[in-house]
Amino acid sequence: MPNLTIDDKQIEVAAGLTVIQACELAGVEIPRFCYHDRLQIAGNCRMCLVEMEKAPKPIASCAMPVSEGMVIKTNTPLVKKAREGVMEFLLINHPLDCPICDQGGECDLQDQAFSYGGGQSRFEENKRAVDEKYMGPLIKTTMTRCIHCTRCVRFAEEIAGVPDIGAIYRGEKMEITTLEQAVASELSANVIDLCPVGALTSKPYAFNARPWELTKTESIDVLDAVGANIRIDTRGAEVLRILPRLHEDINEEWLSDKSRYACDGLKRQRLDKPFVRVNGALQPASWDEAFAAIAAKIATVKPAEIAAIAGDLADVEAMYSLRLLLDSLGVASRDCRQDGAVLDANDRASYIFNTSIAGIEQADLLLLIGTNPRLEAPLLNARIRKRYLTGKLKIAMVGEEFDLTYPYEYLGKTAGALEKVLSARSAFAKQLKEAQNPMLILGMGALTREDSKGIVATAVKIAEKFGFIKDGWNGYNVLQTAAGRVGGLDVKFVPTQGGLSTAEILISAQNKKTKVVYLLGADEIDTEKLKNAFVIYQGHHGDKGASVADVILPSAAYTEKSACYVNLEGRVQYTQNATLPVGEAREDWKIIRALSAVLGKTLPFDNINALRGQLAAENPVFATRDEIIPAAWNPNAGSSTALLETPFQYPIQNFYQTDVISRASKTMAECAKVFVYGKGADSLKKVG
Amino acid sequence: MLQERDKIFTNLYGQADWGLKGAKKRGIWSNTKEMLALGREKIIEDVKNSGLRGRGGAGFSTGMKWSFMPKEAGEKPHYLVVNADESEPGTCKDRDILRHDPHRLLEGCVIGSFAIGAKACYIYIRGEFYNEASNIQVAIEEAYQAGLIGKNACGSGEDIDIYLHRGAGAYICGEETALMESLEGKKGQPRLKPPFPAGVGLYGCPTTINNVETIAVVPEILRRGASWFEALGKPKNSGTKIFCISGHVNTPCNVEEEMGIPLKELIEKHAGGVRGGWDNLLAIIPGGSSVPMLPKSICDDVCMDFDSLRAVQSGLGTAGIIVMDKSTDIVKAIARLSHFYMHESCGQCTPCREGTGWMWRMMEKLAVGDAKPADIDRLLEVTKQIEGHTICALGDAAAWPIQGLIRHFRPEIERRMHLAKQAA
Repeated sequence: MPNLTIDDKQIEVAAGLTVIQACELAGVEIPRFCYHDRLQIAGNCRMCLVEMEKAPKPIASCAMPVSEGMVIKTNTPLVKKAREGVMEFLLINHPLDCPICDQGGECDLQDQAFSYGGGQSRFEENKRAVDEKYMGPLIKTTMTRCIHCTRCVRFAEEIAGVPDIGAIYRGEKMEITTLEQAVASELSANVIDLCPVGALTSKPYAFNARPWELTKTESIDVLDAVGANIRIDTRGAEVLRILPRLHEDINEEWLSDKSRYACDGLKRQRLDKPFVRVNGALQPASWDEAFAAIAAKIATVKPAEIAAIAGDLADVEAMYSLRLLLDSLGVASRDCRQDGAVLDANDRASYIFNTSIAGIEQADLLLLIGTNPRLEAPLLNARIRKRYLTGKLKIAMVGEEFDLTYPYEYLGKTAGALEKVLSARSAFAKQLKEAQNPMLILGMGALTREDSKGIVATAVKIAEKFGFIKDGWNGYNVLQTAAGRVGGLDVKFVPTQGGLSTAEILISAQNKKTKVVYLLGADEIDTEKLKNAFVIYQGHHGDKGASVADVILPSAAYTEKSACYVNLEGRVQYTQNATLPVGEAREDWKIIRALSAVLGKTLPFDNINALRGQLAAENPVFATRDEIIPAAWNPNAGSSTALLETPFQYPIQNFYQTDVISRASKTMAECAKVFVYGKGADSLKKVG
Repeated sequence: MLQERDKIFTNLYGQADWGLKGAKKRGIWSNTKEMLALGREKIIEDVKNSGLRGRGGAGFSTGMKWSFMPKEAGEKPHYLVVNADESEPGTCKDRDILRHDPHRLLEGCVIGSFAIGAKACYIYIRGEFYNEASNIQVAIEEAYQAGLIGKNACGSGEDIDIYLHRGAGAYICGEETALMESLEGKKGQPRLKPPFPAGVGLYGCPTTINNVETIAVVPEILRRGASWFEALGKPKNSGTKIFCISGHVNTPCNVEEEMGIPLKELIEKHAGGVRGGWDNLLAIIPGGSSVPMLPKSICDDVCMDFDSLRAVQSGLGTAGIIVMDKSTDIVKAIARLSHFYMHESCGQCTPCREGTGWMWRMMEKLAVGDAKPADIDRLLEVTKQIEGHTICALGDAAAWPIQGLIRHFRPEIERRMHLAKQAA
């Protein structure tokens, strides 16, 4: 541990740190533009110059490793002069357009110019002008403002794994460009956050608001199952933008493009009042009328003729309330697995991501089974890539080949490849045996097949045979794609004795055996099969589910309610309401609570705290917050099925439109046009 | 003055055969095997004792540089890289070695590679040097055929391969770390130091990078002994050096001379004197365009070696001597150099990227007197803001000529402002 002196202060820091990090530990702030602690060191902005004893000239503190006995001075006239010099150079060709720049108010250059900028420009020549570049539907460029810090270049190359951004030309003519291509990454918009100036700004948010006008609410993302931490910026009743919030164990400081930009979908296709179908057409109704229509219908059917399906965005409180209501009505048919995934609600270790996202950084071998993490959980994929870049992770995959942004050993298209792995017949088995911390990830592509039970059984056998499970390490993981899924399984929103699962409910409804179907935000199912049933749709967007509904109960979207979600790791987190629900819409649990009173089965809580208290009493997981409780490894042997020869198919083909919110988003539609159906599609999809 | 027998580059003017046969006649490859038999340590020791300092401009001790390499090649291979990207304005010494004496360089490559434990040596040659690259390639082929390089090079038991790589004409690729980036196929931009190339160099492996002239004199040092080389020139500035004399002299030339020769003697003896006589001299840039110029008063008695020139706030650099007589528009001349540095800045780091263009634009104004006296101070301040604040030395190189100009010719710049004001 080297000892060094920073501004006459003695400090001992870990070896391998750089001077800028040591200064931060010593409480000395060093101005910087190019340095970012998650990116490789570039050392090109020269803003972080400090004085080092015995060095003939100032050193770039971001690039200089600490060493024993170093004496650093950061407050000398020499340092001040060096920084002021660099600042002047950065400003001479930077346009003075702060009043019309979207970065204004949150601009590193603006902020640091206050400390190091001269009062007046000494530059009498013409400023440089640079052509705008096309970087896709999300990134707006004003390249004249670029200060060439190359953070965006390094992000694309290192974190996103798509070397689409680079610099061309040299000297003062140097330009950052993508050569007129959209940045084909699901994480592309993070370069907007990284850009220290207004060169890369948000296209959908352009000229919408100033940062100081916005109300900031800390919340959780629900558009995939990762549970990224976000900040929702609102003005009045409108969500203007969503930004990532630091959480080292989940998303670090990144956010996927969908989670960031689907928020304009919150303004479109919204269900803002209850509807009741009268003579074949949906008519606006009051809450009382809607509840009365439901009560009238329920009175005419037997409990066995009622079923409920919860969708991917359903929150824990809603599913728990609805389950209690269904329990009291004696309804056994309910399911939170819209896609029919083979997940056992009684065995928590079998449906969560046991290794944890941060745990990936300890793994030395990864087997992907029927999953495409790049589209199913881009942030988790970034973590895999991060580990891969250390050179300590070997990756193999079974499924359709896809550019995952890191190389992998391809084992085959079908589940048969798994049997080869298990029987140690593949070359890969040798690496498996040598691995210290191996992990596997089962995707929904593997869990929604006819032979999924067989696949699970094989995966469990592989895990047990090759040491995936040991003290302090569980390498068996399921990659959920729905934010509500783990929570749904945790509150046991699954069929009880004699009840039907999703696929059975749909068939039974088609055969007129199930007469009432309650859809709790379930839209990703074959709603055609529900034509013969009385459908109650509770949700916030007019999508497929609402179109077949007989009664619509409008509810709040994730930005409008405080609700519990359990992420794929089994981590309990809460969203916060950044705005109020639209129109007459209400929070889901309140709707169910009100309905229960109308049905004469009043639920035993009046407020959300009472609900949560009861829930925590039933399942202690819900007494925790932002914590991972390791699940016991006790796999259910169960019945196995023979593996089929059909190749794996991934659940997500179109990353940008996976749920009601992103399907209602104009921005996401544009992204899909470019990356899924358009010219940029090839670079995103194809194997490199 | 250097005796004919002490000259190293005996075919500097290309009058003899540059091929293998001619080279052998001049004594090249005569006892390479024996020299290699001295062993790594002894070779490095001899080079250190000879006092050889790098001929690329910085003047760092070559033996010292070699001794920074790990003693034994570990998991990672070692590399020797020869910097033949000679692009410094006013300099053309390496060019004559490359085209007229390629085998002298190759022999140096073999000894250098052996001394630092490298099995592969890359010669990175300036893209514009087409004929020179062609000669080097032919020489490499000849050496392979004769068993001088490749497997069991010179019968020493060591395998040493030499590869030629042509650059694409960027001045910055002559900077050692930018050269390595370019050699790796990337954009030619200097790397941060530390880590230094001896630790993390080409492809992340320990690398030594030397100038062509440095490598080419090594065999002769070993052949004739370190003390012979050390005795030439001045203490700490020993040996011989190729000087490139261009500009307003009667017979511009390349000439090998002893280090520390007085500048005036050098020009009068070898370049036929300054055009119109020594009194017609205005200023001299003594070490390629990157070093500050010297006015006649200093040129009268300054000696041409690293330390003497540093004492007068200039430098030996590459020893590219640019002579300017009194007909020269000195401000315009430096403005042209500023344009060169603006054009060749890689654009990576802020002071150089933004500053070189600013300096050139101000220089152009000074050249025509379209400025105020205070602008001179501002320009000087800008050069100080660049100097020492950049990743590589190009920032310094862009700043120094202007500093030299202002130091010695400020009255001339002010005179132009006065004239322009009168005309207006």
